[in-house]
Amino acid sequence: MTLTRDGIAYRVACDLPDGAYVNLGIGIPFLITSYLAEDREIFIHSENGILGVGPVAARGQEDPDLVNASKDYITLIPGASVFDHALSFTMIRGGHLTHAVIGAIEVAANGDLANWRVPGQKVPGVGGAMDIAVGIENLYVAMTHVTNKGQPKILPACTCPLTASACVKRIYTDMALIEVTPEGLILREVAPGIAPAAVEKATAAPLRVAKDCREMDVPLVFNGVELRQ
Amino acid sequence: MINKAVATCGEAVANVFDGATIMIGGFGEPGVPGRLIEALRQQGATNLVVIHNGAGFHDFALAGLFKDGRVRKLIASFPNYPSASAFRDRYLKGETELELVPQGTLIERIRAAGAGIGGFYTRTAVGTELAAGKEIRVIDGRQYVFEAPLHADFALLKADQGDRHGNLTYRYAMRNFNPIMATAANVVIAEIEKLVPVGALMPDAIHTPGIFVDHIVEIDRHPRLFEPQSEETRT
Repeated sequence: MTLTRDGIAYRVACDLPDGAYVNLGIGIPFLITSYLAEDREIFIHSENGILGVGPVAARGQEDPDLVNASKDYITLIPGASVFDHALSFTMIRGGHLTHAVIGAIEVAANGDLANWRVPGQKVPGVGGAMDIAVGIENLYVAMTHVTNKGQPKILPACTCPLTASACVKRIYTDMALIEVTPEGLILREVAPGIAPAAVEKATAAPLRVAKDCREMDVPLVFNGVELRQ
Repeated sequence: MINKAVATCGEAVANVFDGATIMIGGFGEPGVPGRLIEALRQQGATNLVVIHNGAGFHDFALAGLFKDGRVRKLIASFPNYPSASAFRDRYLKGETELELVPQGTLIERIRAAGAGIGGFYTRTAVGTELAAGKEIRVIDGRQYVFEAPLHADFALLKADQGDRHGNLTYRYAMRNFNPIMATAANVVIAEIEKLVPVGALMPDAIHTPGIFVDHIVEIDRHPRLFEPQSEETRT
């Protein structure tokens, strides 16, 4: 059984500690906002200039001046602040945010990240991806383990244009939690019912199975949303 | 007496010349000076270089400038979303050039120009194709890439309130690039929602001091910006 997109988001959310300041990318990372533990105070940063992003605004309650970097209409949590772009990227580039969770096209064995341009893409766009990748210490990737054609996305070396070198610390997928270490990739957890050998088969880069590798603690359903499939 | 208020957007952008470099504030819809950009479309200046995070939406305001074939070059970080179709058409035909800049580097290049700084070294983009051909310097054992300041002839901004001295305040995510762009252009023009008397803005609350601003125009928001819509109709 693999994790759903929400399941991946749930598993990442479990690892964000009380007091974390977190930048979330678009796609699976943005789903994390639904699974933050209620007993932890966690500030979500949006690079357009917001610290303390709250839930998406209810229909009819949208404030036209309040959007996140994905251009969703959002709310603010108590204690939130708003600021200009230079200060926002000072938080990112200056290493003040503690965590970032982003999507990826490819991740290499040494933590190289490719997430901004696929081959053949006609109009390129980079946004804040390169700033986030060099500036934020705990850079976590949340993605599906393989492409929709079944090809591995965790590779010995990236083939797509790089976002930054040796920056990824952990990879959370629908099959596994993999840690990037100076000695290479280590399989820490598998999705419930997935064998470590199946993860190795779906990973093109060398993968060492941790001695204490275990099944992820992710329920089947949470708040009515399926986390496993 | 200082009075930076002008009556119309047309008056405010009258001196924009062919070939000018123009910064445009905004990220997504908040902070985009849609009325000033529409006035610039009417004004007719062409062969423009535009500095903006994205590339506009659909066929109005900034996208309208692309549609009208008025932009020679765009300097942006994220011009490749579905509703940036007017830019995409010009770019793919080779009629508009693109300089792609990482978002943090884009704002810092603007900040550097405004602060009189001759550039800076950043780790952003080291080892990527966006650092190709640029100077690399090792500082404390890490590689950094040199980035030059980015200056403009004009900046078109959007603010919430302002006074005749040019002091400006912004609401929420409207701020984004606007206060930084206000420092980095020869002529700075802001469209504001409400003109208030001098002294009405608390000194603590002013985000852009009037020293940076040349012209302000009080006008309601562009009707096609700032309207909450579903994701399906927006992109």
